[in-house]
Amino acid sequence: MNTFLDVFKSLFSSSRDLLPIILVVTFFQLFVLQQPFPELGKMIVGILFVMAGMSMFIRGLEMGLFPIGESMAYSFARKGSLFWLLLFSFLLGFGTTIAEPALIAVAKEASVIAAEGGMIENNKEAMRAYATGLRVTVALSVGLAILVGVIRIIKGWPIQYLIAAGYIGVVIMTAFAPKEIIGIAYDSGGVTTSTITVPLVTALGVGLASSISGRNPMIDGFGLIAFASLTPMIFVMAYGMII
Amino acid sequence: MDFLSEIFSVVLSTMGDVLPIVAIIFGFQLFVIKRPFPNLKRVLIGLLYVLIGLSFFLIGLEEALFPLGKLMAKQLTDPEFIRSGLDVVTNGLVWSDYTWVYLFAFAIGFSTTIAEPSLIAVALMANEVSGGSISARGLRISVAVGVAIGIALGVFRIVTGTPLHYYIMAGYVIVIIQTFYAPKMIVGLAYDSGGVTTSTVTVPLVAALGLGLASTIPGRNPLLDGFGLIAFASLFPIMSVMCYAQISEWLAKKAK
Repeated sequence: MNTFLDVFKSLFSSSRDLLPIILVVTFFQLFVLQQPFPELGKMIVGILFVMAGMSMFIRGLEMGLFPIGESMAYSFARKGSLFWLLLFSFLLGFGTTIAEPALIAVAKEASVIAAEGGMIENNKEAMRAYATGLRVTVALSVGLAILVGVIRIIKGWPIQYLIAAGYIGVVIMTAFAPKEIIGIAYDSGGVTTSTITVPLVTALGVGLASSISGRNPMIDGFGLIAFASLTPMIFVMAYGMII
Repeated sequence: MDFLSEIFSVVLSTMGDVLPIVAIIFGFQLFVIKRPFPNLKRVLIGLLYVLIGLSFFLIGLEEALFPLGKLMAKQLTDPEFIRSGLDVVTNGLVWSDYTWVYLFAFAIGFSTTIAEPSLIAVALMANEVSGGSISARGLRISVAVGVAIGIALGVFRIVTGTPLHYYIMAGYVIVIIQTFYAPKMIVGLAYDSGGVTTSTVTVPLVAALGLGLASTIPGRNPLLDGFGLIAFASLFPIMSVMCYAQISEWLAKKAK
């Protein structure tokens, strides 16, 4: 009986989350574009899938991803080995980014721009090499970002200094980077952090901050994602300058 | 049958995303930490939920919302449509003729962010860590307002063709100034909310909007000007979340 109620509750809250998007689409379709809905049945089925998926995902977060991130953080803190913790942070950032579908798509488009702009030779071989290079660059920068972010949590540095330094880095690089790469570089910051990475990395940060004495999980625990979306901008512009 | 094979391929590709992470985690757990996971069975079931949930979520979006949203973005940015809404038809379109596009950008930015799963995750975590003093819903709404403003402004930039980096740098300056005045507790969370807003739901729709605009406005190159909306969508939530914290702090003080 209780589980039934839980399922109903989570479905209800998912439908509340989806309501705005449905309203926006309906309003623009019926009143602004003044067109009927194509394939209404298919849409309703799709929305039911989204609702069910969202409820399951949130349940899985609380059962799986959050506990994993936190328990890894506690184990590393207890073990006291900085080396393994840092290696883990780097690999987590690198490993989750290199396979990220959004990044693969952006890298491909970037290679088209580079070929049209004459930065690389306009053939498939050169474009593929360029795209792969870009992906590895971004993945390295995300790995490095999580690593630096973890060091920051351990040392208790205020986050704004590091972010401000990152901003200055972005501004300086913008002045020197080829014009064609700037838009892609800025966007690549936003696309690197996927739906599975975010809960894990957040739980890792919060877990670390709450298991190290003198750190406040609220002040020190957050901020890892922020680094991970800042460093790719700098690295992608650097990549554009070198190639 | 077609639908079944689609489900299968989405589940497979989601598994491809999850696999490197699972390998890293279990590798470290086995060889470095050398201790079994607490509640292993529960965690595994949770992971399975995440996998299936995310696949269903993506399939549903692909079936229901993405095709229509992308078509809409294309139709709204079509010069034919924009001219049809004007009383006086002039030769060229100026930036103020794009009212519906700005409205659509704002609305789609807000509504997709509310449905963004990674933002839900961070909001849940923040609520838990803050002991309930940060409401998950309040945080998500303020992030969504930030994204909405960001994307509307980003669309304005594409229409007017002004350089992207001026906006971003001005945004950085505002963020740094706000950091001095915002409650210390919110700063890390605010910075993080910039990065989480743009993923599964927002990126495809917003990219379609940017591409649609950049390819219909004369003088814009879709490859150059189509980018940049995501950057706006990840900068503005930082400001709106700090703003939200400042306002709630101010209200709490006033109540005393």
